[in-house]
Amino acid sequence: MTATDPLVPPPLAAVDLRIAPARRRREAIVRTLFLAAAALSIVISGGIILTLIGNALGFVLQVDPSALWTNGWFPRRGMYDVPTIVTGTLVISVIAMVVAAPLGIGAAIYLSEYAGSRARKALKPIIEILAAIPSVVLGFFAISFISPALVQTLFPGTPLFNLLSAGIAVGILITPLVASIAEDAMHAVPAYLREAAYGLGARRRTTSIRVVVPAAVSGIVAALILGVSRAIGETMIVAMAAGATGGSLFNLNPLDQGQTMTAAMTALAIGSDQVRGAELTFESLYFVGMLLFFFTFGLNLLSDAFVRRVRRGY
Amino acid sequence: MAGTTLSATEAIERRLRGGVTDWRSWIVEGALLLSLLIALGVLLVLLADIAVTAAPVFGERAVDFMTSPLSARPEGAGLVQGLIGSLLITLIVAVVALPIGIGAAIYLEEYARDTALNRFIRTNIRNLAGVPAIVYGLLGLAVFVTVLGMGRILLAGGLTLAVLVLPIVVITTSEALVAVPESIREAALGVGATRWETIRSHVLPYAAPGIFTGTILSLARAFGETAPLLLVGAIAGTFSASGGPIDQVTSRYTTLPTIIFHWAGYPQDEFRALGAAAIAVLLGLILLVNGAAIFLRNRYDRKW
Repeated sequence: MTATDPLVPPPLAAVDLRIAPARRRREAIVRTLFLAAAALSIVISGGIILTLIGNALGFVLQVDPSALWTNGWFPRRGMYDVPTIVTGTLVISVIAMVVAAPLGIGAAIYLSEYAGSRARKALKPIIEILAAIPSVVLGFFAISFISPALVQTLFPGTPLFNLLSAGIAVGILITPLVASIAEDAMHAVPAYLREAAYGLGARRRTTSIRVVVPAAVSGIVAALILGVSRAIGETMIVAMAAGATGGSLFNLNPLDQGQTMTAAMTALAIGSDQVRGAELTFESLYFVGMLLFFFTFGLNLLSDAFVRRVRRGY
Repeated sequence: MAGTTLSATEAIERRLRGGVTDWRSWIVEGALLLSLLIALGVLLVLLADIAVTAAPVFGERAVDFMTSPLSARPEGAGLVQGLIGSLLITLIVAVVALPIGIGAAIYLEEYARDTALNRFIRTNIRNLAGVPAIVYGLLGLAVFVTVLGMGRILLAGGLTLAVLVLPIVVITTSEALVAVPESIREAALGVGATRWETIRSHVLPYAAPGIFTGTILSLARAFGETAPLLLVGAIAGTFSASGGPIDQVTSRYTTLPTIIFHWAGYPQDEFRALGAAAIAVLLGLILLVNGAAIFLRNRYDRKW
């Protein structure tokens, strides 16, 4: 397109400004490829929803409805008590949030409002690294340290596998996530709000807790909801540390063994050879998966709504 | 000189506070610092616990442990099959998920106008990133293992994790692309470059460090992922996998995290130690790679 002689530019016609056909073609091909890559996500979502609903529907239509509300979760005996695994999941999530909410938000407030910029620069990557620890490692930690050294010392007579240890480990797993998102939210609070508070003579404590935290509350709530969603979907820790791999009675006691939705799924999957023998146990896997999907999906949408409120804020 | 100035400031501060020490502020700051220290301290306790439990294994048979296959006898069991399986799976994830994920992010950030379809794709990808890992295992089991008839082979596991990691790659790549200022693009478009030429020559080079870190973090995530692989057939019983890479990809497999999961469930204490040693290897690899990636990103982080 460039003129050969810089001193005398040739007269330009509209044709000269038009893009060469080869370049135009390549442009179109590249664009289509990228669009296809982006559209693949819709195919994946469709795939997830179809496989879950299709197989779960097969289960619901065949199973005796009374088997979904009985005395416990024992798939090999045809007992698929939904309240058992849902309460197990809730117990784990509540324990996890009792650990992760104060630790995560406390750490976030300290990092955002108290730590100097150098300390913050050093500590934030460490939290990111903490977030990368695989959940099998924390599952192992739960049965090798948390349960024997912490839970069994505090509550003698507790079995090695119990909901409390698993819940604490899940809490440790999601703490960095909560801390990181909450810190981002507080860091995004404009400086003039802090300056206004200081200008009125407020202490740092008052500024942090009465000004910055309320201003960032949507982001903090979003962090907590995302934490709950992660706790509900967490699998390996619960499968390793909560016991009850063979099935479980309805149980609300955190010091006892218990079954969650995710652990029930791994139990079904590991015993997959036996699973094929019984007709419905295999489909029950998808039924539990669908429950799990809709629980976490709802929570993620909720968290998204809160995040959007933050963005609109300032 | 400096000392007197400081004490003068302190004196003024003290007078402003009415001459009393502000205990409550101390308590609040202490509590906040404590929560940060606990969150970080757990990491130290975890590493110490793993190191202590794993020490005998590395002390007695460090090389043998890395090169032996799975075994029911704890004194002969090793990691080699898990290492090969995990590395091959991560490779499949890299080959499948990275080009698609980066391509999707480029479309969303560089091409897409604000249409209903594009907004839907964006929301959809964010939601996919929040779907629990084990649900991807169900998808892999239904689609790759059953419908496509692959069976419980390594390729099915790799593809399942590729699907799992895809939304994370898209999101991290998008963040890196958004951080490149509009003026850089306008410079290229202004001299007549097409969209793709602009992206290739101007946007991608500046976004590369961010994209690189994001992809490393998501590959590490795939490397440590366990739950979905339990559904698509990673095993821990003894099996013999031999032959070239192609045979490995189309046969039964195991991965490092799967081995840890199974060893942790065995009753013998020797397997507890082996599990800790396997965790040391897994954590060593993941923390090293992630630490390096995060360090490089912070190093080359560009402020516009």
